[in-house]
Amino acid sequence: MEAILLQILNGLDKGSAYALIALGLTLIFGTLGVVNFAHGALFMIGAFCAVTVQKVLTLSKITLDPTKTDFLGNPAQIKTPYVESWFGPDIGAALIDWSVPLAILFAIPIMLLIGVIMERGLIKHFYRRPHADQILVTFGLAIVLQELIKHYFGANQIATPAPDAFRGSFDFGAMLGMDPNVVIYPYWRLVYFAFAAVIIGAVFAFLQFTTFGMVVRAGMADRETVGLLGINIDKRFTIMFGLAAAVAGMAGVMYAPINSPNYHIGMDFLVLSFVVVVVGGMGSLPGAVLAGFLLGILESFASMNEIKSIIPGIDQIIIYLAAIIILLTRPRGLMGRKGVMEE
Amino acid sequence: MSKLLTRRGLLKSGAVGGAGLALPTIFTASSASAFTNEPTGGTVTLGFNVPQSGPYADEGADELRAYELAVEHLNGEGDGGMLNTFSSKALGGNGIMGKKVAYVTGDTQTKSDAARASAKSMIEKDGAIMITGGSSSGVAVAVQGLCQEAGVIFMAGLTHSNDTTGKDKKANGFRHFFNAYMSAAALAPVLEKLYGSDRAAYHLTADYTWGWTQQESIQAATEALGWTTVNNVLTPLAATDFSSYIAPVLNSGADVLVLNHYGGNMVNSLTNAVQFGLREKQVNGKNFEIVVPLYSELMAKGAGQNIKGIVGSQNWDWKLSDEGTAAFVKSFGTKYGFPPSQAAQTCYAQTLLYADAVERAGSFNPCAVGEALAGFEFDGLGNGKTLYRADDHQCFKDVLVVKGAEDPQDEFHLVEIVEVTPVDQVTYDPEHPMFAGGALGECNPGA
Amino acid sequence: MLGIKGKDLTLLGVVAVLALCAPFILNPFPQDSAMAQFNAGYPDLMQRFVIFGIFAVGFNILFGLTGYLSFGHAAFLGVGSYSAVWMFKLLSMNVIPAIILSVIVAGLFALLIGFISLRRSGIYFSILTLAFAQMSFNLAYSVLTPITNGETGLQLSLDDPRVLGTSVSDTGGIPVTNLFGLEMRETTTMYFGDWAFQFSNGYYFCAVLLLVSFYISIRIFRSPFGLMLRAVKSNQTRLNYTGLNTRPYTLAAFVISGMYAGLAGGLLASMDPLAGAERMQWTASGEVVLMTILGGAGTLIGPVLGAGFIKYFENIFSKINDNVLHQWFGGLPEGLENGLVWVAEHFVGSGWHLTLGLLFMLVVTFLPGGLVEGGTRIGRLIRGKTRRADEKSAQSKPAE
Repeated sequence: MEAILLQILNGLDKGSAYALIALGLTLIFGTLGVVNFAHGALFMIGAFCAVTVQKVLTLSKITLDPTKTDFLGNPAQIKTPYVESWFGPDIGAALIDWSVPLAILFAIPIMLLIGVIMERGLIKHFYRRPHADQILVTFGLAIVLQELIKHYFGANQIATPAPDAFRGSFDFGAMLGMDPNVVIYPYWRLVYFAFAAVIIGAVFAFLQFTTFGMVVRAGMADRETVGLLGINIDKRFTIMFGLAAAVAGMAGVMYAPINSPNYHIGMDFLVLSFVVVVVGGMGSLPGAVLAGFLLGILESFASMNEIKSIIPGIDQIIIYLAAIIILLTRPRGLMGRKGVMEE
Repeated sequence: MSKLLTRRGLLKSGAVGGAGLALPTIFTASSASAFTNEPTGGTVTLGFNVPQSGPYADEGADELRAYELAVEHLNGEGDGGMLNTFSSKALGGNGIMGKKVAYVTGDTQTKSDAARASAKSMIEKDGAIMITGGSSSGVAVAVQGLCQEAGVIFMAGLTHSNDTTGKDKKANGFRHFFNAYMSAAALAPVLEKLYGSDRAAYHLTADYTWGWTQQESIQAATEALGWTTVNNVLTPLAATDFSSYIAPVLNSGADVLVLNHYGGNMVNSLTNAVQFGLREKQVNGKNFEIVVPLYSELMAKGAGQNIKGIVGSQNWDWKLSDEGTAAFVKSFGTKYGFPPSQAAQTCYAQTLLYADAVERAGSFNPCAVGEALAGFEFDGLGNGKTLYRADDHQCFKDVLVVKGAEDPQDEFHLVEIVEVTPVDQVTYDPEHPMFAGGALGECNPGA
Repeated sequence: MLGIKGKDLTLLGVVAVLALCAPFILNPFPQDSAMAQFNAGYPDLMQRFVIFGIFAVGFNILFGLTGYLSFGHAAFLGVGSYSAVWMFKLLSMNVIPAIILSVIVAGLFALLIGFISLRRSGIYFSILTLAFAQMSFNLAYSVLTPITNGETGLQLSLDDPRVLGTSVSDTGGIPVTNLFGLEMRETTTMYFGDWAFQFSNGYYFCAVLLLVSFYISIRIFRSPFGLMLRAVKSNQTRLNYTGLNTRPYTLAAFVISGMYAGLAGGLLASMDPLAGAERMQWTASGEVVLMTILGGAGTLIGPVLGAGFIKYFENIFSKINDNVLHQWFGGLPEGLENGLVWVAEHFVGSGWHLTLGLLFMLVVTFLPGGLVEGGTRIGRLIRGKTRRADEKSAQSKPAE
């Protein structure tokens, strides 16, 4: 019982990561009809926004300490972050501690900008090209972005811890009257879950309740007719691309403390997020979110010892197995629309 | 009769048979040289095959730095580094046997296939006489197999699996780095001292060969102390989020978590475990502890704060105080601005050991070199007195037990040395069951 | 001739000449010159060009003709490799039975996966194939280690129970792969002044199979069956409405291209008896997709060009290090030298991925039909010039 509760929590958390990425991917699929293999790279850049903010905040003034020596026997360098010398040690330390949440503020404009530049500069020219060409160009772009990040940040993972306030874990078990330490869950992961829920809700509300969203939804359904009505759908699509990039980027920022990012983190998520989107059904936002949570929970359950001892290696394949079963029983995934990307 | 042959190997016969002839001259393989890629000109080419893309690219970059430094020192440039402290004095800073050392580099991508392709191109195209490097056991075993077939020497880089010098050992392959068994043997007494002999361990193990051999080694060594093993859970290599594997740990009755992971897997699983607050918990009336049997400086950096107080083992650390280490750290640090990693040290030592063996053998012939290396005892390369055992081509030397520093002075002091476990404690019989099942076979000179 | 004519025959002839003369064509630079770094005429890489060419040609039969984009084709290549290595371990070091088995096993595997996956179309099909391939990869890497030897890859060893042949060769090593005694790795080197050309048995064996595969692919493209596949691509629904069941046709195409992949896998193992699980990873499947699109999907020669392009960068550019760069630019003033090296470093050695990524983008942006399109444009340019020249001379004639 406790184990199941624990894995549901886990699954929701994993699922929220999948759902966030899949949401952005579906927005681009659905609105623009573009297969964006660079979406993982956008997530990665988001994570590196967190890294960058942390690096900037810890830029340090170097003083020499003659009492200690460094590895070459020279006087050791003592680094004092500039923010600490400017704002005082307490505020400075707090700023550094909170660098990941601060990075969100930094990431939103950056990611919007990157998204808009990408769409205007590159993707725009590929709307009428075959999907194969879109795959090639966005995959090329993903490699380029990855390599640039690798060149400046190295290939090693970079630790980007969450604020100290979120260290440790919350004891659900104790709250529900179980033994302590049985059902515990890290605070930051709970934050991530809540954050994902808010973002997903916001995107839905935006599409549902604003005129802008209405036009975009109409465009998703029938782009030509909307264009004929004299609405500048292209401009809105550009904004949608920026928005999708921002969602991916924010997902990346918040994910950085969970797994220290490296330049490859986007590729690790890319395949999985495509599976999630397709299982959810092409062109369906709720489908993508639903599939994200479903696959997250399934993956968590498959990693339970009890299940692994019955079917060894099930956690290696569960996502793909589930995808196959779902796609065979439901031709267009969970909530797919007819005729989208079926040719 | 093996006939694998390449360009450089034929240069000599080309020179004898009629160099500069305008007419095509076709040589068949058998008339060529005594062994693959026999160096004939004024240079000898070594092949540095390291990961340059993929997750271990930084480790590969550090290996490459060490190789470049080694080449400099062999050619008599720079300050000589560990050549000055090396117990064998066969090398004189004038290349290898008077030939200037040249090198080619390649990208293993940490994939057996790509690593072999890269090594093959070095042998076939560039005429490399020795291949070295790599950052994973799968790659090491695959390339070692290739070198055996092609008739060149393989000096393994970072590879920790028992199999490299166990069931997959090869006559042409040599490993300086330590292995999983040694890690376990070195760790066990320290673990007993730190955490007592009454502990219950929970293993998370990367689900591939290296992970299995390490888990097996650690389990055997800790159970010999009196520890019990509660569970061993295999995790997919591709896993990035280990929360679902870590969540059940606290409730399992275990009070120690052993993470048999390396690289990104280790950074992520350790980060996740610390996030869950495992280290602040009490189980069975004891502090919950985490052990990471194989450590590296780069992993420590990736895990950041989370490694504080976590115990593991290393092949070497730049903070050792012997004069070989000091000389190496000085020349590496002066050239690159930061201290070398253990991967760098092992690669540097391997290059020197190879060159020295050639000098002592008086020949580049892989069989002669292999003979010179097998059973060779040396000192002054940073690990103290070391033996290259003839039975399995594994180096035997002291092993370091290290711990994540509580208050690191800078990013180079993330780990501190807890103990240097003497070589006797980590030596095992060549027929030990964890290493059984393979044979060195005959050395292969190629032609 | 051979049941093909006109342009196709010319194309086959061109491919044959290119394949047979590859040791010369790929080694244009003298071996001790600074440009020798760009030579690709050594056995391993030439074999890879040809083998991945076969893989891509086969992939193109499915993707180019039917439009079904399989994202799991590497699984068949991997299965082929494993079958071949097992054949070497158990039966004989002769490559023929190994290759036959790889093709058959890959074909059966393709039949199974194709039968299931082809129930869906479009991206749903792509994801189904991807899922199968990823499952194969993950299992091969872990649970199936007794069969696949996991991370290390399946290798030969000294105690293989080889039924037809010996476990250990006379020299105490592992016997080498051969074609009825002709060793695959045997290489003859020819010197011509400063040039050295390597002729490898293995390469020519692969090249012959490439020609056969290419020929079969031409026949398929030009057959009624090929026409039917194209009809599936242009409008499957309409085809179904005419009362025609397209599934057997697409399944046949899927299995044929799976067998091509199996052949490629078997050849890889024949040239170098190792089968690694990474051969089945999605990146490997993605690679063949990229090769085909880059070269020109649906064209006959495109996939081969794409395969060569990607493998060239992987093997040649990744080996250029800053040492080599300093040699190249050594003649320049130091500041300029360092500057150039700094710039070039981004694109070679560990930065080879960056170059490849940029080229993907450039090719697909400016040459919508892939490399073949580029070739056609150049051809047109040259012909256009000659035509203009003809016109000029035609105009000038009356004046004479």
